[in-house]
Amino acid sequence: MSRLQTRFAELKQQNRAALVTFLTAGDPDYATALHILKGLPDAGADVIELGMPFTDPMADGPAIQLANIRALGNGQNLAKTLQMVREFREDNQTTPIVLMGYFNPIHHYGVPRFIEDAKAAGVDGLIVVDLPPEHNADLCDPAQAAGLDFIRLTTPTTDDARLPVVLNGSSGFVYYVSVAGVTGAGSASMQQVDEAVARLRRHTDLPLCIGFGIRTAEHAADVARRADGVVVGSALVDRIAKADTPKQAIHDVLTLCSELAAGVRGARG
Amino acid sequence: MTSLRNGPDAKGLFGSFGGQYVAETLMPLIHELAAEYEKAKQDPAFLKELAYFQRDYIGRPSPLYFAERLTEFCGGAKIYLKREELNHTGAHKINNCIGQILLARRMGKQRIIAETGAGMHGVATATVAARFGMQCVVYMGTTDIDRQQANVFRMKLLGAEVIPVTAGTGTLKDAMNEALRDWVTNVHDTFYLIGTAAGPHPYPAMVRDFQSVIGKETRQQMQEQEGRLPDSLIACIGGGSNAIGLFHPFLDDASVQIVGVEAAGHGIDTGKHASSMNGGTPGVLHGNRTFLLQDDDGQIIDAHSISAGLDYPGVGPEHAWLHDIGRVEYVPITDDEALAAFHQCCRLEGIIPALESSHALAEMFKRAPQLPKDHLMVVNLSGRGDKDMQTVMHHLKLEETRA
Repeated sequence: MSRLQTRFAELKQQNRAALVTFLTAGDPDYATALHILKGLPDAGADVIELGMPFTDPMADGPAIQLANIRALGNGQNLAKTLQMVREFREDNQTTPIVLMGYFNPIHHYGVPRFIEDAKAAGVDGLIVVDLPPEHNADLCDPAQAAGLDFIRLTTPTTDDARLPVVLNGSSGFVYYVSVAGVTGAGSASMQQVDEAVARLRRHTDLPLCIGFGIRTAEHAADVARRADGVVVGSALVDRIAKADTPKQAIHDVLTLCSELAAGVRGARG
Repeated sequence: MTSLRNGPDAKGLFGSFGGQYVAETLMPLIHELAAEYEKAKQDPAFLKELAYFQRDYIGRPSPLYFAERLTEFCGGAKIYLKREELNHTGAHKINNCIGQILLARRMGKQRIIAETGAGMHGVATATVAARFGMQCVVYMGTTDIDRQQANVFRMKLLGAEVIPVTAGTGTLKDAMNEALRDWVTNVHDTFYLIGTAAGPHPYPAMVRDFQSVIGKETRQQMQEQEGRLPDSLIACIGGGSNAIGLFHPFLDDASVQIVGVEAAGHGIDTGKHASSMNGGTPGVLHGNRTFLLQDDDGQIIDAHSISAGLDYPGVGPEHAWLHDIGRVEYVPITDDEALAAFHQCCRLEGIIPALESSHALAEMFKRAPQLPKDHLMVVNLSGRGDKDMQTVMHHLKLEETRA
């Protein structure tokens, strides 16, 4: 079983949802980001999404745009992001890491080389925002053949006719983007979440993780009662933006992560 | 011979360029748009209405004008200018805007968004939105707002909301990112009126089709005036919509030499340029695979050109393909070369060209003197230069200071 399968199976046995946390690699700098990354599992993160910085994050709101600018400004690149995963794996073999970003840096790095290096570094899955199933041959197919999960985004506009197309070739889990919009913007009502979960369940047995606009422990708990996982990104990234020092950034991100984890873990109790 | 005019394929690809590289939220709408456009372009009622607006609103056909004084000055090829700058709103941009807004209305969309660089596409979009009574939001980089204030005012007069974009260098690329973010948020009621032959399929093909009226008219007009096809075509390339509009009807005519002119800014070797084919490599941005300015990590590099309309680090995918297969020759022209051509055209023909079109004129000044007098050359005068007064004045002051 893959790390993602193992992790979701364990959580199912414990009858709780996963806390999926997002961090941009190299934000605000390599050393601080690595410190945060290594601290996330103990702070309660079950799955980690690690953002690959890109100059033109078209589907991201202001918080993650700024995180990309901070990371790139401090010299982050794709090779260093893979290096960060290697360093994380030195003392953690169980927490799945999913790389998330846009296709161009991967395209430029070279798809076969990227898959090989990501696999060797200990990456478990990929989320590539601008690669819909229409472009499976570009990366999804070879990545899955090499044993990397390919996690798809589904959205409120992905209707019943299109869902099978999107889910075909999805693995690891399904990420439901609960509002049409950029990251960090509005959030969906619990009624909308319920409807979405019911609709997705008709089409897939993969774990369902829900994100976009989730900022507090209470909100995370609400979603955790309904889905297999709760994704939090911009709220954590904002803590880095607001911190005066790297030390404070580490402390504030891990504190929020612990609060969110408490919310998720207590949700079904 | 297989036709070069049949692209893209069902997946929106021209060779390995193009495609639909966008977020899932947009995919259903993009498929709907492609399907609706396929229907519209075979619907006589749609085509009739398009033809009506082309004639009575835009003022088509635009003249194919024999530029006698430029021809005399160059002493070689016989030079014709395709006068797209005489269109309503002063550039070729309106050809595409009329087509897309008719499609938006057909799809029941009430809110139009657009990105703009020089502001010509923004003005053309604001114009058609006013004409059809739709809400209009235009994204424009702050650098471009500074150098194109007259166009910003025109858009506001026409009832559009202009939203300044501060991200990146505040130019066309950043405006396009922001427009995509708006679209992904308001996808239910919003039509994204893309201004160039780029973006996800069907935009490159659709914009090309709406702009192809330029090349179709040129073909007919040259036939009427000279009784044959032209020998060469020259047009400037930012995203490349005016160029593909002129080129496309001639792609299968092997005798017609076709030249696209990229903005070389301070020179390709300086790194400050906008020549994605002469100075870039293939990559994926803004929904399509094409040639891009990018660094060793696949990060996008900001373009530079004196002309805001060419200041973009990519190019439409059909041009990328035509470059790849060698059907069209793409050449660089620097800021200084374009400015020199701008002044010559003003003084010799009494026509103030856009700085974008001045890049095409600069290539004409290089080639025409070397060619025989029976060589028929067409240069696409894609826009007028009124919007560029501030930029040219600024440059003249700099030159005076240097002197």
